[in-house]
Amino acid sequence: MLISYREALNQAMREEMRRDDRVFLIGEEVGYYQGAFKVSKGFVEEFGTQRVLDTPITEAGFTGLAIGAAMAGLHPIVELMTFNFGILALDQIVNNAAKIRYMSGGQLSVPLVIRGPGSAAHQLGAQHSQSLEAWFCHVPGLKVIAPATPHDAKGLLKSAVRDSNPVIFIEAQLLYSTKGDVAEGEYTIPIGQAEVKRRGDDVTIVAYSKMLLLALEAAEDLAREGIQAEVVDPRTLKPLDVQAIVSSVQKTGRLVIVEEGWRFAGLGAQIAEVVYAQAFDYLDAPIVRVTGVDVPMPYTRPLEDAAIPDRERVRAAVRQVVKGS
Amino acid sequence: MDRDDLLSLYRQMLLIRRFEEKSAEMYALAKIGGFLHLYIGEEAIAVGAIAAIRANDYVITAYRDHGHCLAKGSEPGRVMAELFGKATGLCKGKGGSMHLVDARRNFMGGYAIVGGHLPLATGLAFAVKYQKRDQVVLCFFGEGAVPTGQAHEAFNLAALWKLPVIFICENNRYGMGTPVQRAVALYSNVAETARAYGIEAETVDGMDVLAVRTLMKTVVTKVRSAPHPSFVEALTYRFMGHSMADPSHGHYRSKEEVEEERTRDPLLLLRQTIMNRGLGSEPDFKRLEREVGEIVAAAVKFADESPFPAPTALEEDVYAE
Repeated sequence: MLISYREALNQAMREEMRRDDRVFLIGEEVGYYQGAFKVSKGFVEEFGTQRVLDTPITEAGFTGLAIGAAMAGLHPIVELMTFNFGILALDQIVNNAAKIRYMSGGQLSVPLVIRGPGSAAHQLGAQHSQSLEAWFCHVPGLKVIAPATPHDAKGLLKSAVRDSNPVIFIEAQLLYSTKGDVAEGEYTIPIGQAEVKRRGDDVTIVAYSKMLLLALEAAEDLAREGIQAEVVDPRTLKPLDVQAIVSSVQKTGRLVIVEEGWRFAGLGAQIAEVVYAQAFDYLDAPIVRVTGVDVPMPYTRPLEDAAIPDRERVRAAVRQVVKGS
Repeated sequence: MDRDDLLSLYRQMLLIRRFEEKSAEMYALAKIGGFLHLYIGEEAIAVGAIAAIRANDYVITAYRDHGHCLAKGSEPGRVMAELFGKATGLCKGKGGSMHLVDARRNFMGGYAIVGGHLPLATGLAFAVKYQKRDQVVLCFFGEGAVPTGQAHEAFNLAALWKLPVIFICENNRYGMGTPVQRAVALYSNVAETARAYGIEAETVDGMDVLAVRTLMKTVVTKVRSAPHPSFVEALTYRFMGHSMADPSHGHYRSKEEVEEERTRDPLLLLRQTIMNRGLGSEPDFKRLEREVGEIVAAAVKFADESPFPAPTALEEDVYAE
């Protein structure tokens, strides 16, 4: 079944809300507007305003409300219009959602999904074009998912809703209209499981979310040059499927990590650390990272393009680790 | 109000008072570490308010939380063990003084980011309403939380969605060392802040446990019968410093002021009421002192003799299965 990423998210939430009355959707414009990116199309009609709650512009307030509701046994899905606005809810996410289980010695839990788009779209400027996944990955108590395909988005969102922990689920504006094959019928994908999206023996490329699509395109280009890249999508960023990445690197001996976020203290640095610690002897070349540039996102198109990884930068990085140039 | 009822209220306040005096001693002996914020002087609010609710109603509060936890019925030994950081503590030693939780009693915790637990309280109330139950939520906080954005977001959502939460502002006149006059725009009538959101608000003498309970019974009945938020400002005074790191008066308030306020000690006031009404006399209070003293001594003994958590506990309870 070929459907869009947006439709996959819609199906996942719809199925979970039908399955479990404790699940409800809350956020700005999720109801009558049907979601700022139309992810919750048809939800008010099916589930009513008791379970599909339009909120005022009050991220800390409604995220905190959802956390409190989760503590009392509900399973909220919070939609952030974008993760940029989630910064306003960081106190709730970091100080409450992530810590309540531990601080209470395991008495309380916070089964909660916080989802919405991260990363840049086109020319939205510095405040609307950020990849903040590393911030969330840094915090013990959170799980972080960033799926790239409709199939993964659906299966992982269903797992996230059924998880007993706070899960940060990062989508991307530029992925919503992309299409892909989704399995028929009911399925879930386990949190914490990477997938090899393309087989190859010469080099491993690790990429997630929007950058996975870029990596796959670059891999096709490189195949014409005689380089067979293996592309690994972690899908879940925390807990990270270290074994899948290490296994691939043990086979190829080379690693390129692609991420859209800022370079300094980015997620790729953590992935590189893990690989150096666990597969150093297998590496034939230093790991190369392709990342966003450490600047606030500029508005103008040429500079914006220069700030985000592109196909040529991925190809160049791969050539560098394969050929040393 | 009969004799047993009044003596029971007195006993609850006395337990909190003696428990905390003992915690201060234990802090001085380094049995308790970190921050320790005492509720001494404010006991009438937690005891009076919690006396007006049912056992399955929710209570959530800030970091000055020992009093609320004990008033909700938690075992003093497990509370003291938590302060000692022991494995037998309410939270296995992982929460500490500021983060007591007793989920079995729907005591949903103490939170230490000022203003941050008010949205949680609205969420507990949301869950109650969503599931068509008839519980209420008591959310305690100091007047220092009133200017925070999160408090206002919580007031707005609670009013907008008619959530059964009662916001109880414990106005002890100082947010750490800053007097309310220098922190809250509507300092002379903090309750007015809530009225701006269409939330019914009352002010009560927070030193008078009977006044607190009487008002709370009325408010709780209304909120339970038709879910909506309410706000109660309880005027009180903290007899000790902001925390154990702070002397009882310090530079920000005078010794005379503290002494003056101590004449309105909530325990003293209730004791006078009981005596004036002929419902109790010196031997009763002596007996209560003895009983409470034994409970506190047993709590300390339990905490002291309990083991610290095993090293394996470090990475447990981060995630639920």
